Amino acid sequence: MPFPFSAIVGQDEMKRALLISAVDPRIGGVMVFGDRGTGKSTAARALSALLPPMQAIAGCRYNCAPEEADRCPDKCAEKKGVKTAKVPVPFVDLPLGATEDRVLGALDLERALGRGEKAFEPGLLARAHRGYLYIDEINLLEDHLVDLLLDVAASGENLVEREGLSVRHPARFVLIGSGNPEEGELRPQLLDRFGLSVEVKTPQDLEQRIEIMRRCDALERDGAAFAADWAEADAKIVKRLAKGKKALPNVAMPESTLTDAATLCMAVGADGLRGELTLMRAARAFAALEGAKSAERKHLRAVAPMALRHRLRRDVLDETGSTVRIDRALTELFG
Amino acid sequence: MSDALLAADLLAAAPARLGGMWLRGPSAERDAVLAFLAEEFADRPVRRLPVHIDEERLCGGIDVASSLSAGRRIEQAGLLEEVAGGLLVVPMAERMSGMVAGRIAQAMDAGAGFALVLIDDGGEEEVPPVSLTERVAFWCDFSTNPAVIAPESDLSRIPEGLGNTGGGCTVAAQDRQTLANITLALGIDSARAMLFAQSALSLSAQIDERDSITDDDIQFVARTVLGPRATRIPQQAEEPPPPPPPEGEEEPPPGDNDGEDEQHDPDQLDDLILAAVLASIPKDVLARIGEGRSARRATGAGGAGRKRASQMRGRPLGARPGLPRGGARLALIDTLRTAVPWQEIRRQQEGMDAPRRLRIRKGDLRIRRFEERAEALTIFAVDASGSSALARLAEAKGAVELMLAQSYVKRAQVALIAFRGTSAELLLPPTRSLTRAKKVLGELPGGGGTPLALGLSAAAELAETQAARGRTPFVAVLTDGKGNIDRNGQPGRAQAGEDALAAARRFAQSGTQAVVIDISARPQPEAAAIAAAMRARYLALPRADARGVERAVSALQFGKAS
Repeated sequence: MPFPFSAIVGQDEMKRALLISAVDPRIGGVMVFGDRGTGKSTAARALSALLPPMQAIAGCRYNCAPEEADRCPDKCAEKKGVKTAKVPVPFVDLPLGATEDRVLGALDLERALGRGEKAFEPGLLARAHRGYLYIDEINLLEDHLVDLLLDVAASGENLVEREGLSVRHPARFVLIGSGNPEEGELRPQLLDRFGLSVEVKTPQDLEQRIEIMRRCDALERDGAAFAADWAEADAKIVKRLAKGKKALPNVAMPESTLTDAATLCMAVGADGLRGELTLMRAARAFAALEGAKSAERKHLRAVAPMALRHRLRRDVLDETGSTVRIDRALTELFG
Repeated sequence: MSDALLAADLLAAAPARLGGMWLRGPSAERDAVLAFLAEEFADRPVRRLPVHIDEERLCGGIDVASSLSAGRRIEQAGLLEEVAGGLLVVPMAERMSGMVAGRIAQAMDAGAGFALVLIDDGGEEEVPPVSLTERVAFWCDFSTNPAVIAPESDLSRIPEGLGNTGGGCTVAAQDRQTLANITLALGIDSARAMLFAQSALSLSAQIDERDSITDDDIQFVARTVLGPRATRIPQQAEEPPPPPPPEGEEEPPPGDNDGEDEQHDPDQLDDLILAAVLASIPKDVLARIGEGRSARRATGAGGAGRKRASQMRGRPLGARPGLPRGGARLALIDTLRTAVPWQEIRRQQEGMDAPRRLRIRKGDLRIRRFEERAEALTIFAVDASGSSALARLAEAKGAVELMLAQSYVKRAQVALIAFRGTSAELLLPPTRSLTRAKKVLGELPGGGGTPLALGLSAAAELAETQAARGRTPFVAVLTDGKGNIDRNGQPGRAQAGEDALAAARRFAQSGTQAVVIDISARPQPEAAAIAAAMRARYLALPRADARGVERAVSALQFGKAS
């Protein structure tokens, strides 16, 4: 059973980023920078346990939604007596060293050998459709896999042309990556695909460290009681998420906020339009999460570091970190 | 009773909570620990994991070869399934591939509940994958402090399974405070380490059938769990641990990279506990702390290196005859294509009334091949001596950073050796991380004599060890070629010159591609002579700046300027 989301000590920025990406999946995933053992995957898994179950065709290997059944390779639309069912939102872990076959899907060997049929066995991308794809140590992932993921994340569908098979199926997922930049850099093209990025550290404060130990100890001694203790706090977050999702289309985007976003992006030198777009979407999603009617400057400020941190042009000889640069620009522009 | 044996005892009681142990360096005690664990786990599954295990065997799947010959599906269980709740011993863990490590880590996170024992005989630079050492509680290094083995081993046993359900003695608030203090003082960032320490603490009290935790327990945990993970030496008022500084050089500042870590008051820590922690910090930790973190082996296929044929991943090449074993995948279409023309003949051989089915023989099997590219590695060997040291080093540093900034294009790693005074030093082990390089290159020492021979030997050695790991090294030497320190660290221009030429000739034998860049204002014949002896290119770049050096090296190594 996953650790309750609300019981995670500290890490407010990471929790906020994950909630924002859950309110608006189009923002395009979260990249978490940080050392090992700072609760990155704990938080990601905890989030997936909070999401309300989704409607899917029962037994479909591609998690296809009822409205897209006609595009499903398993021909869900043509089957008789197809039922839809509520299934949990998938959370797929992509291990380091996974082969292309496992990610994309491959020829179903069993059916090929046993019955001489040429059939497709879906891979991790199909399992992650409409859910989360979590990649630990994404900076150590092999290049050809990275390219492949970029392609699928951009197009929203997985196209397989190998081993004499020709299959395409929808694959839309929220990408959550984690890695430690000291062990290898991430390519800018890949970084740019992530909507938000956060930096996590284990709390450097005595009280919080003690609290981490206390909670983990309680979980080990009596898991059921621990879960019950936090169930209420988690339920509140579920409510907030559901409300935010519902309110999102109606959150207004005043002209002043748009101007703020553009000014900020120009001031910090964020490359490309994607930065501004993400900044706006994130501010709107955060406003929805907060229950606000329109996205204001304060919402923009709260999400600016996570939306822009990984998009700044890197000057090799400039030593200042991007977070510092964004904070400086925020103070200069908005006081 | 020794720490390692006690740790093994706790591990046997609660494998799921403690993850496992990392045993570094051969010793009699290590053998004793392994024997003890084998005994403890006698009634649970025990498996040894060969480092080059393939994915099918590790995670289970279809056994293709037997399925084919039997004509029906034959499954094989994965080793990770088989060993659930038992003991998984990994010899030669420092050679483990990323794929295997990733799978094991995933199984541990999913609660497979086995005890992982990493056996590691690696050198300084070689450690098991960090993703696994991170997930085992106890780090026992027998190579630095070969402990005396205690003959008695009347280890009491916690009833098996009790430990996993969160049994153990209650951890009091002050004990938690002590642990949090130690982790802060040692700069241990991972919360896992702290939680392992907490579990080990409560179990070690329970094993003695005590219901409260004593200082002995805390010291044991400090020695086995926390001390070895230190990234910082706590400030001690009385006696700072004397690091053995190499001659004629200041010791690197402890790795306090961010100003926000306030120094924690060591007085909050019991002196005894602090002493236990300090005693358990490995000898080489200071050096390691100086350079950031212990080096990790990078995984992942690189770019402009030599191409290696691989059976697992990369760009697909054609199929070739072979059995689908050891990670090779069956190329089914090609197999069928080979078998089809023979069907009629084979059926006739069996007789006319033979059943109509596909007849595939062993010789028809084809496996898929992929092209995997070895990673390129650029080794800078920089002459940091004398008056031009600072300028030359600054340019080399700039070139390193520029190359790393480009590395996502070229998929290359960079390393930097500086030679000055009487030694050559690996300042930056092979890395692809700009962040890390910046940290290390921030403080570069300069000045002193020119031990050119030592510098060339160090570069050759690094190039060879890296080539053995499948990388393609390229060495760029920045010097004026005028060595004045011989290979024994003695001054003397004549002897030094001979030694340098000898080292250059030895370098030539290794066959490593190299370039000698002479950045003195008026190029001298000595550097050209060294380059000739190394069978390397020679480039005179007076007044070269970082960009010029980076462009020259890239052009030679990758065949085009960036």
